[in-house]
Amino acid sequence: MKSDRLVRRAVWYIALVVLCLPFVVPTVWMVTSSFKPLREIFATPPTLFAKNPVVGAYSEAFDFQPFGRQYFNSVYIAVVVTVIVLLVSSLAGYAFARIRFPGRNVLFVVVLTGLLVPSETTIVPLFQMFKRAGMINTHWPLILVTSFAGPCVLATFIMRQFFIALPLELEEAARLDGLGRVATWWRIGVPLSKPAASAVAILTFMSSWNLYLEPTVYITTPELFTLPQALTRFTDAYGGNMWNVQLAGASLTVVPVLLVFVLAQRQFVEGIAHSGLKG
Amino acid sequence: MTGYWTGRRRDSLAGYLFVAPQVLGVLLFVLLPVGLAVFYSFNTWNVFTGEMTFNGGSNYADLVNDPQLPKVLLATLFFSGGVVVLNLTVGLLLAVLLNRRFPGVTAFRAIFFSPVVVSVVAWTLVWGFLLQDNGGINGVLSVVGIDGPNWLQQGPTAMVSVIFAQVVRSVGVNVVLFLAALQGVPRELYEAARVDGAGSRKVFFGITLPMISPTLLLTGIITVVGALQAFAQIAVLTQGGPGVSTTVLVYYVFQQAFEFNNIGYGSTLALMLLSFVLVLTILQWQLRRKWVFHEE
Repeated sequence: MKSDRLVRRAVWYIALVVLCLPFVVPTVWMVTSSFKPLREIFATPPTLFAKNPVVGAYSEAFDFQPFGRQYFNSVYIAVVVTVIVLLVSSLAGYAFARIRFPGRNVLFVVVLTGLLVPSETTIVPLFQMFKRAGMINTHWPLILVTSFAGPCVLATFIMRQFFIALPLELEEAARLDGLGRVATWWRIGVPLSKPAASAVAILTFMSSWNLYLEPTVYITTPELFTLPQALTRFTDAYGGNMWNVQLAGASLTVVPVLLVFVLAQRQFVEGIAHSGLKG
Repeated sequence: MTGYWTGRRRDSLAGYLFVAPQVLGVLLFVLLPVGLAVFYSFNTWNVFTGEMTFNGGSNYADLVNDPQLPKVLLATLFFSGGVVVLNLTVGLLLAVLLNRRFPGVTAFRAIFFSPVVVSVVAWTLVWGFLLQDNGGINGVLSVVGIDGPNWLQQGPTAMVSVIFAQVVRSVGVNVVLFLAALQGVPRELYEAARVDGAGSRKVFFGITLPMISPTLLLTGIITVVGALQAFAQIAVLTQGGPGVSTTVLVYYVFQQAFEFNNIGYGSTLALMLLSFVLVLTILQWQLRRKWVFHEE
């Protein structure tokens, strides 16, 4: 009887581990192969770990493209966008939930259209608009659109839902003490909304970090590239992929997000699950 | 001044100022572009002079005349359909497996979620590498004596490959949503069923599945809408090829507007994409409202 249970349990774990393979092997392979010489990457049978690890691909990544600069671009754009979205969505979410003013519902519906319209639909006219404003081949389109359209609207929606669910009493006391709206929002609303704000922050950072269509369309100078765009440009003179360099670069791009994931796993998972709100 | 600025008026002003950045942002970066897209869709754009000329409904007529479009829509249907079916079944299977207590369950949950941490492009690059003719997958297959196909160079296997890479990356989010739904099923229902002697299969199809069906349907629509917008995956893995076999609508919009400079026709296609997403999202919101109402 007891060995029967043991066998069952073993089968259960083996099944789960097999199911895990497609989820974990690509990532592991990416990291381990970045330490292989190019020849070993294509070895048959394939190896998982490098026989003699080399780090050449990593320095080559920085020699081939201004990869450090591109890394900085991605980080600073994502951080700026996240800060703006936190501010804009907290203000708007608070007002839509708490302040009564004529036309509130109409304006809220106007904002919600930002959830309906996919960014792939607006990019054609946006390109013409930014061209007219002289902002092509700058970071402005990447910052502005993400800060106010799609991801920000989702954030505003999340913040509004959060503030609606928050008990009124705390604020009423503050209002009776004579605090104005701005002070009430800043001293009561903002500190209380930390859980929603951290979900919003992670979600927004990821949206900006993963942008690919937008930089592809707007940016042509390698110094201005963001990481997703830069990763696809590690090609030799014949257009063939420089796999080891590409994998080294790709491994490096995982680091910041992985850090956040490890440090704030619960908020991370909840934040991403919120993306389900968006259609 | 103080006579006019009553408490109520001041409050309204605060409200307008609070929402102003968001409202103006949406007007400028969402609604104005949609209006422009409608305008472009009735015009032809001259690449050299940069002028727009009104062409009646000729871009809309092109939707019918374009010999590529049926293939593109079929590819879109296969891709979105494949992604949603696999995403829901695999997601549900994993959620059910992970909805028990056993040593290591948290680690397994983290592993199924982990591809979300890898950026879309990095993830897709690695799959492109693994799926090459002499890549990792065929390398493993050759060890057991199978001569694997050149996955990305043949229409059907290329489609299967992009679907698979997309599902593995995104299913972790659905697992989280399904796990939440599974944990929301009242325990008493299971206990009652067990008392009645129902087997585990019967419990699953009789209780679990109906109880979480709202989540299933909503997640399904969200997944379709996400699949309709999958650009990076296609652009990095296949560039829509071979031929047009993996050219989904969003990639076709990009090609027409930015590679062939057909701003007018590209905008028309973009509005088609918008209409698909619009119908699906409104459907989702209607369903959600209905269920929220029923829950009360």
